Amino acid sequence: MTAVIKVKKKNREFLLKTEEMSGEHITMCEQCGICTTSCPMTEDMDISPASIIHLVQIGDEGVLDSTAIWLCASCYTCTVRCPRGIDLSAITEALRQQTLRKSIDYIDINSIDRKELEELPAIALVSALRKYTS
Amino acid sequence: MKKFPYYPGCTLKQAATHFGESAIASAKAADIELVEIPRWNCCGAVSSLTSDDLMHHVAPIRNLVRVQEMNQEGLVDNEYDLIVFCSMCFNVLKRSNERVREDPEMLKTINQFMDTEQDYEAKVNVVHFLETLKEIGWNKIERQVKKPLKGLKISAYYGCTLLRPRGIGIDDPEAPTIMDDFIRAMGAEPVSNPYKSLCCGSYHTVGDNKELVADRTYKIVNAARENGAEMIITSCPLCAYNLDNRQKETKEKYPEFKQMPVIYFTQIMALATGMEDRAGFNGNYIDSRPLLREHGFLEG
Repeated sequence: MTAVIKVKKKNREFLLKTEEMSGEHITMCEQCGICTTSCPMTEDMDISPASIIHLVQIGDEGVLDSTAIWLCASCYTCTVRCPRGIDLSAITEALRQQTLRKSIDYIDINSIDRKELEELPAIALVSALRKYTS
Repeated sequence: MKKFPYYPGCTLKQAATHFGESAIASAKAADIELVEIPRWNCCGAVSSLTSDDLMHHVAPIRNLVRVQEMNQEGLVDNEYDLIVFCSMCFNVLKRSNERVREDPEMLKTINQFMDTEQDYEAKVNVVHFLETLKEIGWNKIERQVKKPLKGLKISAYYGCTLLRPRGIGIDDPEAPTIMDDFIRAMGAEPVSNPYKSLCCGSYHTVGDNKELVADRTYKIVNAARENGAEMIITSCPLCAYNLDNRQKETKEKYPEFKQMPVIYFTQIMALATGMEDRAGFNGNYIDSRPLLREHGFLEG
């Protein structure tokens, strides 16, 4: 039996936008869940990696408010394991970018203790600023 | 000695000069002279993953243009293999390089954008130093070892960016062996770790998520210890910072946690090839010297 999920036009726009930005065929995901079981951050996430994809599939913009998309650190473990060849790390990046491109940062660098900033190596600061800020 | 272009990246020049110094020493032991790219710039540390963002590929590609210039100016021996030691720089530079190789239209746009630079011809190969060693041959590398690290039990930690994604990483993403081969070549004993490629938490070390990093450090270091390792080696400066310096936070959260030295693979190579004065053992947070003295690899 074929199950069909009908997505409203407005929600479909969010799906298409995320597909275009990530370059991934998000509707190809069959929800096998290997991303969730592989992800080293799952236990700290509010929604699972597979749920991130599912919410994008049905065009639910609420996924942008999840902490899960910010916890993905692009380790590419799901990327190398996905049986449909989907790169979820590109999808979470596309989702983060939809917030960052409105000039809304995820962290305020000024709130970090000065001493701590001095101790951190440049590689940590540059990567954090690239991922968390616009 | 053959001259190869070398991209240090910011960490090897600042926060981890012990990585930079031991990298140069290790290359020397492999009969390679590293010629630093003139006027290199930061690669950006993380690769841009959105399809419409070309801007963040400009910085990596500009470095590759410099390698082209080095060849034209005879600074290197007609050598387009760019040697990188930092896993993150390696990943970023290689990903941008592969993207423009696959997409001539994108290369054209980036070349037009960098109108004060010569066009990038996409001839450079981005190579990690471990790959260079493998290509030379582990047997030949073994012959350069003056002080075999016999009896030292080392667990390799690969992290993410050295292995993934497929096509960019230098070994099988699920079952890598290149670092174990390296450890054997140094005369030491490789110890397996189920978490050898588990993400350490990466840049979450900045801000309020330090506990998340401490949890992963706990998991990775403990697994190495349970399997009998005495130290961990890595090639990623961010992993090194998290697994080494964040052992402080790990110990605070888990008082029973036993700390373990986490050092760069090049420090081990400098030691084994008789250049311990360039191994920079004073640069790590958890001091590896007491352990190395215990084994008789260091005097004093």
